[in-house]
Formats: sequence, structure tokens, C-alpha cells
Amino acid sequence: MSKRIALEGSFAVSEAARMADVDVIAAYPITPQTHIIERLADYVANGELKASYIPVESEHSAMSACYGASAAGARTFTATASQGFFLMHEVLHWVSAMRQPVIMAVCNRAVAPPANIWGDYSDAMTARDTGWIQLFAANNQEVFDFVLSSFRIGEDPRVLLPVMVHLDGFSLSHVIEPVILPEQEEVNRFLPPYQHPYAIDPDNPMSYSMVMGPDIYSEIKKAQDVTLRESKEIILQAWKEFGDIFGRYYSPIESYKTEGAKTLLMSTGCLSETAKVAIDRKRDKGEDVGLIILHLWRPFPFEELYQAIKDAETLVVFDRCISLGGPGGPIISEVKSALFDKRKDIKFAGLIGGLCGRNLSVEQFEDALDKGREIAEKGSEEVFETIGIRE
Amino acid sequence: MQGELIKFGKNLVAKDELLTPGHRACQGCGSGLAIRLSLKALGKDTIVGIPAGCWAGVGSMYPDTAWRIPWMQTLFENAAAQMSGIESAYRILMDKGKMPERKINCVAIAGDGATNDIGVAALSGVLERGHDILYICLDNEAYMNTGIQRSSATPYGASTTTTPAGKVSAGQATWKKNMIEVVAAHNIPYVASACPSYPFDLMNKIKKGAEIKGPAYVHVLAPCPTGWRFPPELTIEIGRLAVETGVFPIYEVENGRYKLNIDRPSLKPVEEYLKPQGRFRHLSDTDIEMIQKRVNEEYNKLKTKIACFAA
Repeated sequence: MSKRIALEGSFAVSEAARMADVDVIAAYPITPQTHIIERLADYVANGELKASYIPVESEHSAMSACYGASAAGARTFTATASQGFFLMHEVLHWVSAMRQPVIMAVCNRAVAPPANIWGDYSDAMTARDTGWIQLFAANNQEVFDFVLSSFRIGEDPRVLLPVMVHLDGFSLSHVIEPVILPEQEEVNRFLPPYQHPYAIDPDNPMSYSMVMGPDIYSEIKKAQDVTLRESKEIILQAWKEFGDIFGRYYSPIESYKTEGAKTLLMSTGCLSETAKVAIDRKRDKGEDVGLIILHLWRPFPFEELYQAIKDAETLVVFDRCISLGGPGGPIISEVKSALFDKRKDIKFAGLIGGLCGRNLSVEQFEDALDKGREIAEKGSEEVFETIGIRE
Repeated sequence: MQGELIKFGKNLVAKDELLTPGHRACQGCGSGLAIRLSLKALGKDTIVGIPAGCWAGVGSMYPDTAWRIPWMQTLFENAAAQMSGIESAYRILMDKGKMPERKINCVAIAGDGATNDIGVAALSGVLERGHDILYICLDNEAYMNTGIQRSSATPYGASTTTTPAGKVSAGQATWKKNMIEVVAAHNIPYVASACPSYPFDLMNKIKKGAEIKGPAYVHVLAPCPTGWRFPPELTIEIGRLAVETGVFPIYEVENGRYKLNIDRPSLKPVEEYLKPQGRFRHLSDTDIEMIQKRVNEEYNKLKTKIACFAA
């Protein structure tokens, strides 16, 4: 029997990693991620999880140790945030290009300066092109479910790619919500034992990450891109099977009250839950608005996005990250680019808000939607609208 | 001279070449010789990780590889961390019964830049955490792969492309970082210096480092004809002179106990080591005198440690 308990987002991550029976954890503390690795350390110390726990001296080494461990054939996990995530950046490319299914939770946090610890996606968005599969959770149940399904997705021999699960720093990592935890037997049914087909083996010596020149590099990168794109089908399959076993079904883009909606709000992460309430209120008032929530950031779900906005006339995209000097938030610029050929008629408005943990209320989302609709209708001299900013 | 610890000798060295001929290293490469000898000592149950540097490329230009053992290029600064991941993975997979028990040597082989400079934090972390890995530093005293730029292992007075000797400069203006003692300060089970000019000593140390449980570090002086500017046929000779002049003493620290493995009754003048090398060509008599003084001081310091903490 599965059980429904109150669980902090961080502990939902740790619990998923424990139930996945990870072999190697490399961990370095950073707020707001520390609860994850502390709980995992407890599990190892109490014998509840048999894993090699490497308390490394930096995030760069955390990801490096994960890379080595995964290459040796171990199921591998780590977690980080913000500055630590940036320190890992170099290694992120190696892990994906070397096809190592390292699983990582990122408790999203703003980038300094100003020095801070609070949540937004300015860490996540810098890793857009690192070749990792990237998922965004909107609540703690999704946190658990996404981390657990990451192992299945990344380790699939047709995929063999690392997966990062983003959860909002503090707003999810430190918030207690009801979470349904499955039985170990159900997890075992969903997640087969890990077997890397190209693990390092002295009996079958191979050379890894050799020097390759202009004559072959493009082919290697193209192959990597094709694999990442094609992983979407395997993600869909894995989530289908996840739903069949656990009763919760996920999709790259979740639609909420989108029937007949002429205006859609697009959101990511935990603020989508606040946005849902704003949509409820507007629906109650008879407004034709709906919400779409982006769960899969890489590979980008082009077809699902197109289907989700098919009947909409206006798309208001909410970004929790500022692209300094750029064409709006990272998500809206991708969405515009993805729809450019198919939906030239659709009107866009870009909203940015919730930076560095600034709270956004339901009312602010309601106002932002109105403002967004107005911008979409009349146009604006601003590239984007910042919700609640003092000027 | 090498006492009772000799394991390798003329007739006791494996004929197998785990580093094949045909790689792209320069003629007379001291590092290449050190790797070849090390692999003979380690045998085939060995995984090698190599960060950016000459040996990230010269033995593994796709589609060719000179490595007959599993070989991985690592990032510049993470060879130690990456090998610690591999070692930890094997340990837990064997513990959990997911792979059969066996001894696999996890070996990082890194240059002086990757060791002394950019990778020093990762190395320190691995040593302190006690991973069962062997770390070999191939010290050719500069960033040779990128074209002879100075590192913190470059000796005083050496002309490099970023510390060129000039009208108002005598080349590298700082003394070589003593990485062997930095590592020894971590109190790990085994630390040693070696040089391919003394092949059996080097092989014994590599073997010992791999067999000892816990971290082991072997710092190899690897003469570099290209970067030090001497004819390639002098590699062995230059290595010997480094040892015979006391510039690079050959010793080991086993569980905190010091032992000089090559102990000469008297040292040759450093000038004999400096003169054949183009990188020191510009040095004045005063410079050489200063270097001689420093070498004497350092050598005496080492002798004192050996006297105090003898094996």
C-alpha cells in the first residue's frame, strides 16, 4: 500500500533517491539544497540506503565524482543550487556528452550578486544547452515522481543521458506538502536495475573522450542532439508506465482549464500552483482564460506546445528569470521561436516576476494576466513586463 | 641503493606494452617513458584517468588509441575527483554484490599544471577523504601541451613563454612549489618522488602505491626535451643530473616515515644540470649561485626530516 504523508520537497527528493537504491552520492552543501544531502547521509548512516556517500570538497568535484561513478556502472545522484550549479557547469557538458545518466536535483536559486539564497530560475536557465534532460516540478508530489522517473528515463539504454529535476528553492525545497509514497515493490516494478552498456571494464578496455577534430566533431554533436530529441518518446513511455503503476500521469506540458480559452498563461514550477487559483477566479468571473504548465524543458516539447495552444489567440508567458539585455525571459523567447512557423497569428506578452523568492499573490497573477492581454492587444515599448516592480 | 624493496629488475619486467608504440609524443618524452614503465608495474587491471595536458591527446587521437587499458580523459582540474568516483563506485558495487570482488587500480596521471595549480583542491580533497587511488604527477615543470607556459612547478630562473628571460627578467621569478611535501602534509599512507632515469625505482614505487590501501601519490620528474630545450637523446642523462645535483631528490614517505632511495655521498654542482638546458641558458653566475644555495638548503631540510622521521 502506498502511503500519503506530509513531506518537505527536499525530503521527497531524498526519498526518491533512496527508493531508487542509488549506489553513489557525491554531495557538497549549498542552500537551499542541503536538506536533500543531509537526509541521504542519514539514510546511509542508518543503513537504510547502501550507498557510497562522497562528501566532496566542491560542486565541481561533486559532478566529477558522479561522472566517474556513473562511468564505472553505478547509479549516481547529486543535488545543488545556484552558485554550486555554476561551478558544476563545465562538468555538466562532459556528463551529457559522455552519455552518463547522472541524476541531479536542483533547488533553483537566484544568482549573486546581490548575495542571496532565494528562489528563481536564473541558475537553471544557464544550463539550457548542456545536453541534459530537464524537468520542472510544480509541487512536492511531482518532485518525488520526477526524481524517481528520472532514473528510469536517463538510464534507458536508448537514452543514456543525465537528467536534472528542478524544484523551486524554499517554495518547494522547504515547504511541507502531502506526498503519496509508493511501496518499494512498486518502485522495483517501475525501475529496473541499472546496467550501463558501456561501463568501464578492464576486461574490455576502451578509450573514453578521445581527441576528435573538425572531421568528426559535428557528427558527434548531431548524434547527441538526435538522442536528446528522441528521448522525448521514451519520457512519454516512462510516464505512461509510471501512471499505470502509480496512478499519476504526467505530460511535458500540463493543461489546466484550457477548454475554450482564448488567452493562455504559460508558467513553470511552483508558481504555477498560484497561477491555477488566479485562473479559477477568472473562470468564475466568466473570462476565457486557461493555464499551461511547462514540465519538460529539454528536450523542448514542440508538438505538445503546439497542441496545447492550438485554440488560443493570446499567450502570456511567465518567466522566473531575466535574460539581461535579451529578448525577454528565456522561456518566452524559446516559445516564440518554436511557434514562429506554425502560429504567426498568435499574440504574445512576456511577464517576468518572482525573482529571488519574491512572492507573487493570486491577485498579482490576475492583474498580470489582464496586463498581458492588454500588451498582446496594443503592443508595448517594453520587451517584457516585470510583475510588481518599483520603478 | 634501492635496498630490499626491489621488485622489478632486468628480468622481472613484463614484456607486454600496455602503452603501445606509435603515439604522438615528442622524441625523448620523459612522461611517455614514465607512463610506459608505470603501466608495466600496474598491469592490465588498471583504469587510467588523464586530464588536459600532453597525454590527454598524444595517445588518444581518434580513431587511434595507444592505451590497452581503460583510459579516460578527465577535465583539467578534476582527475582526482573523477577517479574517486570510479573507486567509490567499484567499492559499493562489490559491497552490494553487483560486481565480483577484484582489485582494480584506479590511477590518475596528471601533469604539474593539473596537479599543482588547477587541480590542487580536487587532489587535496581526494587525499583527505582517503580514497584508494594512485595519483601520479608527471612533472615537466610547465604547461608544455599549450606551449611551455609557466606553472607553479616551474623552477626559478627557467625561461618559459609566459616568464621569458629578457633584458630585465631572469625568467621564472619564484621557487618551485614543493608538491611532494604539500601532499605529505595530508598524512596519506604513501608519497614518493621518482624519475624515469631510475626505472626500477619508479616501477617499484608505482607498484607499492597501487598496492597500499588508501591514497598514494608518486611525483615523477619527467624531463621534456621540447620545453626544457635539450636534445632528445639526453632525457635520461638530464633526469640523472637532476637527482645527482640534489635538485630533485628521490625519496619516499611511507606512513610518515622518510627514506632517501637514492643517496649519494656528495652532490654534483647544480651548474651541471642547468648548463645543458636551453631554458636556463641566460642565467648569470649570480643566479646559478643563488640556485645552488637554495638547492643546498632544501636538500639539507630533507636530510633533517629523514634523520628525524626515518623509516
